Amino acid sequence: MKRHLISAADLTRDDAVLILDTAEELGRLADRPIKKLPTLRGRTVVNLFFEDSTRTRISFEAAAKRLSADVINFSAKGSSVSKGESLKDTALTLEAMGADAVVIRHHDSGAPHRLATSGWIGGSVVNAGDGTHEHPTQALLDAFTLRRRLGDGPGTDLAGRRVTIVGDILHSRVARSNVHLLSTLGAEVTLVAPPTLVPVRTESWPCEVSYDLDAQLAKSDAVMMLRVQRERMNAAYFPTEREYARRYGLSGERMARMPEHAVVMHPGPMNRGMEISAEVADSPRCTAVEQVTNGVSIRMAVLYLLLSGADSGPQPAEPTPASTQTNAPTTTRTEESK
Amino acid sequence: MSQNKILIRGTKVLGGDAADVLVDGETISAVGTGLEAAGATVIDADGLVLLPGLVDLHTHLREPGREDSETVLTGTRAAAAGGFTAVHAMANTFPVADTAGVVEQVWRLGKEAGYCDVQPVGAVTVGLDGKQLAELGAMHESAAGVTVFSDDGKCVHDAVIMRRALEYVKTFDGVVAQHAQEPRLTEGAQMNEGEVSAELGLGGWPAVAEESIIARDVLLAAHVGSRVHICHLSTAGSVEIVRWAKSKGWNVTAEVTPHHLLLTDEMVRSYNPVYKVNPPLRTAEDVTALREALADGTIDCVATDHAPHPHEDKDCEWGAAAMGMVGLETALSVVQQTMVDTGMLTWEQVADRMSHAPARIGRLTGQGRPVSPGEPANLTLVDPAYRGAVDPAHFASRSRNTPYEGRDLPGRVTHTFLRGRATVIDGKLT
Amino acid sequence: MDNSSAPPPAAPAARPVLEGPDIARVLTRIAHEIVERAKGADDVVLLGIPTRGVHLARRLAGKLQEITGRPIPVGSLDITMYRDDLRLSPPRTLARTEIPGDGVEGRLVVLVDDVLFSGRTIRAALDALGDLGRPRAVQLAVLVDRGHRELPIRADYVGKNLPTSLRETVKVQLTEEDGHDGVLLGARAATGQ
Repeated sequence: MKRHLISAADLTRDDAVLILDTAEELGRLADRPIKKLPTLRGRTVVNLFFEDSTRTRISFEAAAKRLSADVINFSAKGSSVSKGESLKDTALTLEAMGADAVVIRHHDSGAPHRLATSGWIGGSVVNAGDGTHEHPTQALLDAFTLRRRLGDGPGTDLAGRRVTIVGDILHSRVARSNVHLLSTLGAEVTLVAPPTLVPVRTESWPCEVSYDLDAQLAKSDAVMMLRVQRERMNAAYFPTEREYARRYGLSGERMARMPEHAVVMHPGPMNRGMEISAEVADSPRCTAVEQVTNGVSIRMAVLYLLLSGADSGPQPAEPTPASTQTNAPTTTRTEESK
Repeated sequence: MSQNKILIRGTKVLGGDAADVLVDGETISAVGTGLEAAGATVIDADGLVLLPGLVDLHTHLREPGREDSETVLTGTRAAAAGGFTAVHAMANTFPVADTAGVVEQVWRLGKEAGYCDVQPVGAVTVGLDGKQLAELGAMHESAAGVTVFSDDGKCVHDAVIMRRALEYVKTFDGVVAQHAQEPRLTEGAQMNEGEVSAELGLGGWPAVAEESIIARDVLLAAHVGSRVHICHLSTAGSVEIVRWAKSKGWNVTAEVTPHHLLLTDEMVRSYNPVYKVNPPLRTAEDVTALREALADGTIDCVATDHAPHPHEDKDCEWGAAAMGMVGLETALSVVQQTMVDTGMLTWEQVADRMSHAPARIGRLTGQGRPVSPGEPANLTLVDPAYRGAVDPAHFASRSRNTPYEGRDLPGRVTHTFLRGRATVIDGKLT
Repeated sequence: MDNSSAPPPAAPAARPVLEGPDIARVLTRIAHEIVERAKGADDVVLLGIPTRGVHLARRLAGKLQEITGRPIPVGSLDITMYRDDLRLSPPRTLARTEIPGDGVEGRLVVLVDDVLFSGRTIRAALDALGDLGRPRAVQLAVLVDRGHRELPIRADYVGKNLPTSLRETVKVQLTEEDGHDGVLLGARAATGQ
């Protein structure tokens, strides 16, 4: 894996499967009396949130703390950021504090990319959602949830699975990350939205685009409903909430036309009655709550994989025998420190 | 003080055969071969191309108000270094150049600086607000003699205001230079709307937002019998509209920036705000159409849209960054690379697109003249064989926001003369 | 990921120090020792350390069952997240931790690994075990002890003490993982890391 996680497009299939497999093991921690690992002891993870997102922040915070990292929450509200301090100055402050990883949520697309490439900080950068660009850990937890529900477990991808993503594609970082990641994992992705909510040029995206939800239901292994903000109505993206719900909302009747094994996903928070009916939201086929749980495992996996071995510190001293396999994740370990 | 004489020996006038050019005082006194002049300063111009001093229709000098990014002095020094002998200073200063007082101040600062002629552009509407016409007549009658009016940075989007402005400037043969950007279609716009914006999740600036305004304005200009100039035309569709309007015989002119001739929206993938500009970098197809249009004359001229910004306005995330690039000191090199080295324009045509045409559009009398005896000695010598990487540290501009840092560009201005006085000698400002 | 690992320069041929039948015999002996020292092995839980320690633990459990006639709880304990050298080497794939149903609380846990060397793995295993519960006691069984300890750790059951130099490598091969059983002693490539 690279040193940063900015875009789901940066992940190869093997990277992604490694993250999912690691999350699979880390998820088992929840069943233990002590839900904490010493792995990142003494390392500092900063949650740098320029946008309110209690859910994502808490998920990253829980993940970092379960790995024993020190967590600093830096929210734009009430901080110097709202007094006009720039991203650069904030970054320099964090660097001075010795942040090993910066988890950044920002209202501007590309801000995490800029943070990672500007030279302002030395640590790893994890994109926790930037503008209308990407939200790679959300896509990872979605893929993880899908694999658990539909897939063949550790080591496998999502080859041949059909995933339909429905809603405000234009403004959705979740959709962008999922298109990249799910297709990398072999799934067939179809985006469904009114034409107003699809970007004008998606020819190069590794997915299909449809304006007809009903046509997709019967062949979907999973239907992912995106949150549709009511404010979009005022910008004439759709006429009324009622019309949106009728044409693009997932009702119980529509869910019944999905294959029996198919699941309903939602990144939350849900607009009940808008993109998803209460009946569907509360059905056992809806994985929304499970996605939240899985989010912590995925973020632990990401932090572990980005932060372990990131050091260019001293090489292991003798007699710790040098591993003959260098950089690849080791599956055989006969030559490691015993 | 005795008349200063300069003999430029062996230069390719407009890229043609080698000839000597003798400058006597403020004017060209002779063009020919084997010229001799006692006491003249001789410049060995073997291999150098001689052009009429370049004229920029679109420069942001930032003074008054944003002297942290540029002043009339630093901006005109940058212009001279880039081979320009006249620039049109855009009106979006603080205060806005919407009164005779402000345009005269800018004009006077230009005179004092002495590096090139500064022709102020007046605002079309008070405060660039698009609501009430500024005192166009007063600005024209001022010492600055304004003939070009523009709300550049903002579009005169109200069709009635645009119509009135076009009508009003007819009394003194003025021109309205339109920044064509339909405001509602570009709310939150961050880059060209297309494949790349879809992927990057940056707000789209659709081509149609430019083209729809251009279509409207050429129709308005035709309707009221006035002339309209299109600033920084950037799309293939805009080219088609202007081509059509010209085929009708309407009085429409257009400019293209060097960066729209070279760069595409693919650059934005880096999220480096140095590529953030308005109108945005477009696609490779647009770049091709713009080059062809400049070659065939559909687009009349190259204008830099030199837009200096302080470092901190670019050293930040994309969304927070200012739009614009400096361009005076790289314009000719970019035109050489994209148009001359590709065989699309001769040097003679470059002289037209970067000197004659902009001077004609701006109704400048002493600029953009032929290289002939009796004409004012506004001249630029270029070494087209030069190759080198752009180093912003050497810019005369106060700002460094160039997209070409480290990029190899051809050509270098070795000398610039403003009415016989050298402003650049051997690549160095005087 | 920068997967630049080239195969190590051809090392001098490795020399077998234990063959398949030796390994079987040694495990049988260790099983008897466990029964003897644990007084019937009533509360023994075997936890293998991935990868090969797990296979050895399963084999030992089989032998113990033959001896005692009772099934012996066996599981695995991944120590990756407890390693003290995580910052020094690239990220490792996690292995499975599988604790038998009744847990480790109050039991005699026998950790099983293939090679005992610096002792750091066992240190990590003790930490990992501590987060899972409080065993009555913890013992250690290894197939090979090659010396060179860096921590005050010793094995309770040793298949073979194998004096080695730091220049040598010890490679355990097990049928489940490698297709056949054997322990090889070889020389490390001179270039090392």
